[in-house]
Amino acid sequence: MSIIETKNLTYTYPGGIETSLRDLSVKIQKGKFVLITGPSGCGKTTLCRCFNGLIPHFYQGELVGETTVVGLKVAEHPIYELAKQVGLVFQNPENQLFALSVEKDVAFGLENLGVPREEMRKRVDWALNLTGIYDLKERAPHELSGGQQQRVAIASVLAMQPEVIILDEPTSFLDPLGAKKIFEVIYDLNTKLGITVVLVEHRLDLTARYANHIIIMDNGEIILDGEPRKILNSEKTRLIGVGIPKPTRLYQILRKDGVRLSNTIPLCSDEMATMLREALKS
Amino acid sequence: MIEVKDVHFAYPNGVEALKGVSLTIKNGEFIAIMGENGAGKTTLIKHFNGLLKPTKGSIFVDKVETTEVSVAALARTVGFVFQNPDNQLFSETVEEEIAFALKNFGFKEKTIKGRVTWALNLLGLTQYRKTSPFMLSGGERKRVALASVLAWNPRILILDEPTIGQDHQQKEKLLQFILQMKTQRKTIIIVTHDVEFVAECDPRVLLMHQGKIVADGEARKVLTNPEILLHASIIPPQITQVFLQLSDFELPKEVIDVYEAREKLLNALERKAK
Amino acid sequence: MSVFDGLKYRRVYSPIHNLDPRIKFIYVCAIFAATIIYWELPPLITLFLIQVPFVVLAGVQREWIRSMRGAAFLATIIFVTNFIFSYISAGYTVTASNLEYAIAMTLRFIVLVESFSVFFLTTSPDHLGLALEQTRIPYEFCFAFTTAVRFVPVLAEEAQTIIDAQKARGLELERGNFLKRIRNYIPILIPLIVSAIRRSLELAEAMESRAWGATEKRTNLYVLKMHRGDLLLIAITILILAVAIYVRLFLEIPPLSSLLRGSFF
Repeated sequence: MSIIETKNLTYTYPGGIETSLRDLSVKIQKGKFVLITGPSGCGKTTLCRCFNGLIPHFYQGELVGETTVVGLKVAEHPIYELAKQVGLVFQNPENQLFALSVEKDVAFGLENLGVPREEMRKRVDWALNLTGIYDLKERAPHELSGGQQQRVAIASVLAMQPEVIILDEPTSFLDPLGAKKIFEVIYDLNTKLGITVVLVEHRLDLTARYANHIIIMDNGEIILDGEPRKILNSEKTRLIGVGIPKPTRLYQILRKDGVRLSNTIPLCSDEMATMLREALKS
Repeated sequence: MIEVKDVHFAYPNGVEALKGVSLTIKNGEFIAIMGENGAGKTTLIKHFNGLLKPTKGSIFVDKVETTEVSVAALARTVGFVFQNPDNQLFSETVEEEIAFALKNFGFKEKTIKGRVTWALNLLGLTQYRKTSPFMLSGGERKRVALASVLAWNPRILILDEPTIGQDHQQKEKLLQFILQMKTQRKTIIIVTHDVEFVAECDPRVLLMHQGKIVADGEARKVLTNPEILLHASIIPPQITQVFLQLSDFELPKEVIDVYEAREKLLNALERKAK
Repeated sequence: MSVFDGLKYRRVYSPIHNLDPRIKFIYVCAIFAATIIYWELPPLITLFLIQVPFVVLAGVQREWIRSMRGAAFLATIIFVTNFIFSYISAGYTVTASNLEYAIAMTLRFIVLVESFSVFFLTTSPDHLGLALEQTRIPYEFCFAFTTAVRFVPVLAEEAQTIIDAQKARGLELERGNFLKRIRNYIPILIPLIVSAIRRSLELAEAMESRAWGATEKRTNLYVLKMHRGDLLLIAITILILAVAIYVRLFLEIPPLSSLLRGSFF
């Protein structure tokens, strides 16, 4: 069952000269971990905005085509209704936290929805625990590191118990370990709670291993769409200039040299190491 | 040349950001400063052009102590490109943006024109000469900020987090640009988290942790030492991780590059076949 | 950044911090009222001393002394002008009473600063925001208040980064005549404004994505409840006001100089 579906989506921002999305059709299955990537300005962020209704409700502009999310036609429902089903986490953690304490921020969406206090308390604590920031609940946002702030942002979206969480380059301002923690939190949400995750990211090195569906965009169109191992091994991917993970690249080169390695394409260093271990042993 | 002698620095609110840093950066060196957020990287580089002055210890740029001269005077030698271009762009056109510093430094009108054209050309921005910098994309704005510093041709170039938010191709371009600057004997200092980027350009790496330098050496030495890296919240490059896991196979440990990895592995497999 | 440090509330727990901000505010207003009905030293000294236990109980002595030091300059001006006026009106002579009057006027100012600083030092901005939310003030206004407080440190930091970035490009803020100096700030102001606009757009996007405006009947994670301490503070407030008004209306207040003389001789 597809939880997100767009049909022939074409969109131009108000006053925009170029079209941001061109006749884009995509289907995302429930429970998947989807990675969207592509060069800067390819329309990734724009597509995310279509998924939660920021387009067409917040950004007007010219929209043709249709988006359906969790059975709702995006154009026909206000953003706050969609927010219950689709959570969006932005790139800059600083600009998505409004409150003066962590737990108040996590509660923000629930307060807006008018959730009763007891229920709210439960959901806030649940979200704080899942993202590993329960101990920080009384801190002010400016006392937190970027990684902690971003986990607050994830918790506040999570508290609304959405079916889908979309994250638009959530780790670009974080250090490697902070980024790794974020990816692990998201991966947990996907595997343990079955939440559908859509992650926009440049750095496939860090993220490809988590995905089970990759979409590569360029110039407002989808170029490739499918199973990660197939996509990362395709020549087309390399030519677009999406940086494929180094272990995958090493595998490709070694195969060209005639080294016998198994047919499963590695997505991360662990998989590559296991594969090489076998080759070196035999 | 930059000489840093036992520098300590505390912010007015009492946070001790540098706790005794000493190092020498020679002319023409390429350096990457790495470490977790809050390790003191940005504080350190702000000392190189005099934006911050040490609370203890001293810093000499080309034998001149930074406390003796103004930031503007130091800036002629030390060009500093900030992480976020939006913190500096303010002019109506790209051309004026690039000319801003040149005017501040009192260059002649004719020289300014020549330098602006040169800088636009160097970073492939010529077609945007009359465009407002605010109309450009993120990557382009970053290039304008870089051009506006390169325009006065400083001998030392500092780039704070140049790869943040950049896609693969933009990083490739940045790498080419840095290599080009290196051949012109410029001193280049980058502050970055991006291990893969550092692995590709192979600079001298300074690893910082809690206001101190905990490792200083070639990228292939520092980035392949998992204990030191963990200490500074850095994860080794992917290729290194592969080799670290194969340590029981008599393979070299210090590998950071794909092509090098291929060579080492082919050798090992050949030995095996014999 | 030091200018903004004073606005950064330090999170501590004390009986005073736990008081309902609304009651605390009423208390401050009562002190304010009591202060302005007196121009004699003895009651003003009493009002000054009443606050000291609050400061000690809250454990904010250091911050409190710092804020009083900040008020010292203005206090000196008040003293000097009052003294000069009473000196002139008394026919160019220094008397004990006109000296006392000038001191009293200064002390009045100090008591006001004192009580307001105790309020702000012991009330967290989110507590204050919450108090606003639970009055009849529209939520949009309260939200604007807390968001403004939230972004003060962020913007201050950003302003510093912009100044650094332009200095690194040879901008010298202190150079040139008056007009030129104002012009020097253009390269600082434009990026600051542009980024504030960009930031507010991102904020709006994030708010929309978190169900802003979904229902008229917004709920709140916290609720302000009155505790025993709050009732005690109400009692103290009423008592202070009542005594102050009674003394003003029905008792003659002797000047401090005569009181002192009485005790010495």
